[in-house]
Amino acid sequence: MSMRSVVPFGPQHPVLPEPIHLDLVLEDEKVVEAVPSIGFVHRGLEKLVEKKDFNEYVYVAERICGICSFMHGMGYCEAVEHIMDIELPPRAKFLRTIWCEMSRIHSHLLWLGLLADAFGFESLFMQSWRLREKVLDMFEASTGGRVIFSVNKIGGQRKDVDNDMLHDFLRHFDEMEQELKTLSKTFLNDYAVCSRLKDVGFLTKEQAVELGAVGPFMRASGVALDNRKLGYAAYPEIEFEPITSNVGDCYARCDVRIREIFQSFDIIRQAVGKIPDGEVSVPVKGFPKGEHFMRVEQPRGEAIYYVKANGTKNLDRVRVRTPTFANLPGMLETLKGCQLADVPILILTIDPCISCTER
Amino acid sequence: MLSVSKSPWLLHYDGSSCNGCDIEVLACLTPLYDVERFGVINTGNPKHADIFLITGGINAQNKPVVEEIYSQMPNPKVVVAVGICACNGGIFKECYNILGGVDTTIPVDIYVPGCAARPEAIIDGVVKAVALLDEKRKQMKLESSKEKGA
Repeated sequence: MSMRSVVPFGPQHPVLPEPIHLDLVLEDEKVVEAVPSIGFVHRGLEKLVEKKDFNEYVYVAERICGICSFMHGMGYCEAVEHIMDIELPPRAKFLRTIWCEMSRIHSHLLWLGLLADAFGFESLFMQSWRLREKVLDMFEASTGGRVIFSVNKIGGQRKDVDNDMLHDFLRHFDEMEQELKTLSKTFLNDYAVCSRLKDVGFLTKEQAVELGAVGPFMRASGVALDNRKLGYAAYPEIEFEPITSNVGDCYARCDVRIREIFQSFDIIRQAVGKIPDGEVSVPVKGFPKGEHFMRVEQPRGEAIYYVKANGTKNLDRVRVRTPTFANLPGMLETLKGCQLADVPILILTIDPCISCTER
Repeated sequence: MLSVSKSPWLLHYDGSSCNGCDIEVLACLTPLYDVERFGVINTGNPKHADIFLITGGINAQNKPVVEEIYSQMPNPKVVVAVGICACNGGIFKECYNILGGVDTTIPVDIYVPGCAARPEAIIDGVVKAVALLDEKRKQMKLESSKEKGA
């Protein structure tokens, strides 16, 4: 009979950039159960609405997570704008779309790098992050920040980007696309990489629906759902289809994310082609009163912002449901029955963002 | 600085930061900024580490973890607080679950402010930490030779 043992994993662990603790119950080398314990990054951010007014809270919302900071800020702003019935100028909507897709590119490249690091392919990690720096340079040129941008405000954007710069960006994206094509060959065709990713950590379509998975983790299992289709920012005017795969293993998740980067290049090209001239913000008067659920598609999946306002400068409640939280049940399911050596890769393929989840 | 300086190994732990500073710390290790040219290597093992880079403030849950990592690091060691949250709590200072900056729990040698701290600033902090490490090592040698003499 095999021996049962418990291996503690984290909160400080070489493959984890962020702290989470898992107790892995093993039978020999096989994981039979994974028990998570969380709370290492909990700050109590939602309660800050009592101390900061609804305009200041945009800065707090951006700092829910430094990787999708733009989308957190935008999601919160859109929710408040819905409550206050503010119609954004079209240029602001297109700018939001462009910055959203740039966030997606940088987030997915970051994830590809971390994945390569998890299976010990150091040079691939470095190459992914080298490519990512180009997006950060563009962010810095257009917003002034590398990871925290502070360009969202309620009623539009703080900054405009002139058309010359946007066309210059397109040239950079063309170069990036070529480089990414070379890079993706290694991720998708290399024998050593495939041996770590293929046939590992299956999640079936039924499981993905039942466990409420979101984002690329769900789309890699064949469910074609993408919140960008709900039509926030300028997405109604952009043509795109959700990217899916029917396989549902780690390789499929990698494949879906790589194809999403190429899709983001395409969306940015469409957006730059269609962006109208004009103002980027409208003046906002008064205080919000009412409530709204806002759903946006982040690089990791669906994020929900619930805002309840009472007509004063401080909001009653802000609630955020982040994609990693929705993906945790699915992750624990895939961990059951896997080899101990595959645990880091399985955790990474949901693209966990603990800082979002615990806030 | 000494002509021959030890290559310091670096340990990174995310206290309760928003990830912004963490990805900048990782960006320091990658080709564009490349702290490895100073001989700095990122390690996952506290027992191998000389420099402790910590991002984010301290909360009730991670306080014992930070203390444990610090106590496992061999002497001499240097603690670098990266980002304004690690310095004094930053924007999250008023949150109910934030006890404050890293210096509420362990002694901090170098503060790198910024939200998020820029890679250049982090590298500057690490280079200062290398110099401080040399100084601390000299001090330790001096003390041990005194003890032997007595």
